[in-house]
Amino acid sequence: MARPRLAVFKFASCDGCQLTLLDCEDELLAIGEKVDIVHFLEASDRAESGPYDIALVEGSITTAHDAERIQEVRRQTKFLVTIGACATSGGIQALRNWGDHADFLRAVYASPQYIDSLATSTAIAEHVPVDFELRGCPIDKRQLIEVIRSLATGRRPRTPSHSVCLDCKLRGNVCITVAQGVPCLGPVTQSGCGAICPAYDRGCYGCFGPAAQPNVVSLTTQFQRAGTAVPELVRGLRLFNAAAPEFRRESDRLDSSVERQP
Amino acid sequence: MTDQKRTIRVEALSRVEGEGGLTIHLRDGTVDAVELRIYEPPRFFEAFLRGRAPEEVPDIVARICGICPVAYQMSAVQALERACGVEITPEIRLLRKLLYCGEWIESHSLHMHLLHAPDFLKCESGLKAAETHPDEIRRGLRLKKYGNELLEVLGGRAIHPVNVALGGFYRAPRSEELARLVPCFEWGLQAAIETVRWVAGFSFPDFETDYDFVALTHPDEYAMNEGTIESSRGGSWSADTFETAFEERQVPHSTALQCVRRSTNESYLVGPLARFNLSFDRLSEAARRTAGEIGFAPPCRNPFRSIIARGLEVVHAYEVALTILRSYREPSGCRVEVRPGLGEGCGATEAPRGLLYHRYRIDAAGLVAEAKIVPPTSQNQGGIERDLTAWLPRVLHEPDDEIAHSCERVIRSYDPCISCATHFLRVDWDRR
Repeated sequence: MARPRLAVFKFASCDGCQLTLLDCEDELLAIGEKVDIVHFLEASDRAESGPYDIALVEGSITTAHDAERIQEVRRQTKFLVTIGACATSGGIQALRNWGDHADFLRAVYASPQYIDSLATSTAIAEHVPVDFELRGCPIDKRQLIEVIRSLATGRRPRTPSHSVCLDCKLRGNVCITVAQGVPCLGPVTQSGCGAICPAYDRGCYGCFGPAAQPNVVSLTTQFQRAGTAVPELVRGLRLFNAAAPEFRRESDRLDSSVERQP
Repeated sequence: MTDQKRTIRVEALSRVEGEGGLTIHLRDGTVDAVELRIYEPPRFFEAFLRGRAPEEVPDIVARICGICPVAYQMSAVQALERACGVEITPEIRLLRKLLYCGEWIESHSLHMHLLHAPDFLKCESGLKAAETHPDEIRRGLRLKKYGNELLEVLGGRAIHPVNVALGGFYRAPRSEELARLVPCFEWGLQAAIETVRWVAGFSFPDFETDYDFVALTHPDEYAMNEGTIESSRGGSWSADTFETAFEERQVPHSTALQCVRRSTNESYLVGPLARFNLSFDRLSEAARRTAGEIGFAPPCRNPFRSIIARGLEVVHAYEVALTILRSYREPSGCRVEVRPGLGEGCGATEAPRGLLYHRYRIDAAGLVAEAKIVPPTSQNQGGIERDLTAWLPRVLHEPDDEIAHSCERVIRSYDPCISCATHFLRVDWDRR
């Protein structure tokens, strides 16, 4: 059987998720034997055109040009996988979706008229059908290897959709919210990171985005009762997965509840 | 004689972080203009840092770059701590240096083996290089891996570490967590020396330019996470006065901001060569010994040889880290309390690819009112174009794709990090 042709594409992002592939130090050479990496600009001069069997897409759509480019990637690709929070939910740059874009431009650039940039940062799935989403800011190395290995052998990747809370218990962490009263997004955040933050004495900040069917309202209500101010909760939800629907809805609800107060 | 115009374009640079292209305009067989095009979309970090609580900043700025998140975190926490009038303890300072060693090792090993060495081995990628040089590439991957493991122990994970807090760390590493790394770092120190010997044997083009080297310096250390900004042409500045001496400007052909020295209006060079030339005598003992052995001494003005300086910095980082790992005792406190209030502060550290400057102003409510970030690649961009202009006459007789390829080699020796997109724009070209 011919090795599947794998391509890696970048849109607006920090390169961290692509780097995760290069960070598979022990497995990298073996991965190179399983799949034929035919387009991966960060790592190789080889930049072949499609069709591709697998495309790993990093980054969100923030320019008109990129909105067209993703259509072409989709046309060329059999199995399109988004890697990371930017590609899957718009990433940190989706914070512009709440701001005044013109104001943002002026704040950063002396001559904003030169810039081609959309007023929004959107997930890949809002533009083209996506076959599989790998979450995380950044993605997890083990999950990435699972995706490549499974697709190379023609099965669907298996990654869990339960919350960080369960991993935290499995890791043997003492619950940081119960024991120290620290707000933690673990109960509503998808598994994948290995519950790192609570293991390092801090609350989860939701970098893997919402878990399956999260009850975000219930969690923020609880934190409010325990004394966390609403603006702090809004900022906590508006980070690397700010535009993920469950986080976005709740941050908007909390935000408007502040505005309604006299 | 008619005006003969010719344009060479590299649509997408490979083996660099982020996205960029290159356009070379020739007229009558001479170089008319060189344009490093950065089409990485803007991501507005400085804009949306406003209104954020200072303690959220280290997590957010890490996302500017997946390859050097620690550099962003370190410059940010220093600037914010100064704004809040907080002094950290010597133990925290040492742990921060250790974390930074992990990033230098990881980033430099990546660049040397997977991005830069393929140029000298005449192949397309590190994976391809592993077919002809399996031992060297495997050694490089293992060198990189231990850097990542240090970042994981100290930072929680290698990309976007979670353990960096304003005032210190959320949790101090346990003695046994760091002790486990000692044998890895003993191997790494020797392996890094071997790597320097290997890259020193590469064939380097005979090419030198007269740079203004700018880097942090420190009286007792090879400056990494603190020091005074110094220039090889004279002058020294604290982080607080960076903006009095250096300025980001919009240039007509690129609109990507480029840094210049205000006094000369000229570009300058940051990164491993600048550090090596300004602080050679403060490299670790093994790094200096290795440099002597291969006959590599300052001043070095050949950009292609930056891979040797980078290699020596890996030796240095392994040796410094090893010393800290061996003597580590868990500190009684790993975090100084920070109460954000009205104030302004600057921070400058040495990212693997050069000086990284941050400035923050905090308002009366204790939130960030203004943020300014000057990444190394924006400082080096003018220098890259100058280098290319000087380099091109040597290769103009070659076919277009050879010229393009050799220019890419020049650019790659800078290890440009285009993802540090705070100041890079997508541009529509006004063609002359």
